[in-house]
Amino acid sequence: MSIWEYANPKKFMQTSTLALPWVSGLAVVLLVAGLVWGFFFTPEDYKQGSTVKIIYLHVPSAMMAVSAWFMMLVGSLIWLIRRHHVSALAAKAAAPVGLTFTVIGLVTGAIWGQPMWGTWWAWDPRLTSFLILGLFYLGYIALWSAVEDADTAADLTSVLCIVGSVFAFLSRYAVLFWNQGLHQGASLSVDSEQHVSDVYAFPLWICIAGFLVLFVTLVLLRTRTEIRSRRIMALMARERTGA
Amino acid sequence: MIALLQRDLRLAFRAGGGFGLGLAFFLMVAVLVPLGVGPEGALLARIAPGILWVGALLACLLSLDRMFALDFEDGALDLMAVSPLPLEGVVAMKALAHWLVTGLPLVLIAPVLGLLLSLAPGGYFWLLASLFLGTPALSLIGGFGAALTVGLKRGGLILSLIVLPMYVPSLIFGAEAVRRGAVGGDAVVPLLLLAAISLGSVAILPFAAAAALRANLK
Repeated sequence: MSIWEYANPKKFMQTSTLALPWVSGLAVVLLVAGLVWGFFFTPEDYKQGSTVKIIYLHVPSAMMAVSAWFMMLVGSLIWLIRRHHVSALAAKAAAPVGLTFTVIGLVTGAIWGQPMWGTWWAWDPRLTSFLILGLFYLGYIALWSAVEDADTAADLTSVLCIVGSVFAFLSRYAVLFWNQGLHQGASLSVDSEQHVSDVYAFPLWICIAGFLVLFVTLVLLRTRTEIRSRRIMALMARERTGA
Repeated sequence: MIALLQRDLRLAFRAGGGFGLGLAFFLMVAVLVPLGVGPEGALLARIAPGILWVGALLACLLSLDRMFALDFEDGALDLMAVSPLPLEGVVAMKALAHWLVTGLPLVLIAPVLGLLLSLAPGGYFWLLASLFLGTPALSLIGGFGAALTVGLKRGGLILSLIVLPMYVPSLIFGAEAVRRGAVGGDAVVPLLLLAAISLGSVAILPFAAAAALRANLK
């Protein structure tokens, strides 16, 4: 029993068929619990009023946007090293999800920033590097859709993902150098004094877990779709050759 | 390797098109921006470092899609792939040729354009230095992007979508070095970081680009 068994598409499909209802159910439960608790059963902040509650969408989606890229990096490495198709397809499947989380993070941030900072957008390091991360996602997705041969596309996007990671990381620190901004530090950290108070933190943790499971659900679902479309293409190719 | 470099340079000079185009584009940017924002010297001086660096980025981008595309179409790239010279070397030489043809002229013409944009006197040295140290990274990153998109029909658009985000760190450090130099601040730190990006690109990107070419030639 090893994790590489799931590199077999058939095995992956079997296991994910079993897992998907549970994972998606868990995502719904966690998200409903976290968001309802966060939106309706936490006090309003004395300074920010009810706008503080956007944190339950903003922080988890931002965390997942970065994690999704990291997952794609791992998937790409596995594809390049061990040539497991499922891993390349999972990386492909994760990209639009990650992009969506990036957009959610940026939009909720803008909605919160308008009343709080008095501006929708500021060229703050965190905001800027997130925007750049979004551009990397766009380039990655565009490359996947542009290359016709599936294996070549997987190769090229994997190389792009690895090199892109280096440059995304560099950009992250370059913009810090370039501008010291408005965005507050980490909202949640174990050893820091100035994170959010526990009243907000508990539902926030649940929301983060919910977004994580939601991400897993979506990636599983999209990977299954990709595998099925591969199978259809293979069937059609077989039909054409008349075998 | 030398032969390949000479061939690429000769092609670039004699076939025309790509060579002058980048420079002309750079000139156009430096002329159009004052027309757009108004002739006020103080304002121009303030935005000159950024304009010059953005112009250099875009001028570099213009000629990238030709780096491998022509050789890919007529099959020369396949021959290079089976030649004794490793593909990494081919990529490095191609990027070097691109830099000599596009990057270096940009460096040399930049002070003249700085004059047009009334860059502060202290900035010229840093402009030259930052472009000289930064443009090799632009050619290499561009070479990587060109290697990824060489087989595509609509390659040019995707090429810019892939390459421009990767230009961000170079742009930030380059423009920052010129800006600090122009106001007499400490410009050495961004310059060193810029040089670090270029050196890192020289060390890593030929391998990544060669991997991409191999996938495309398969």
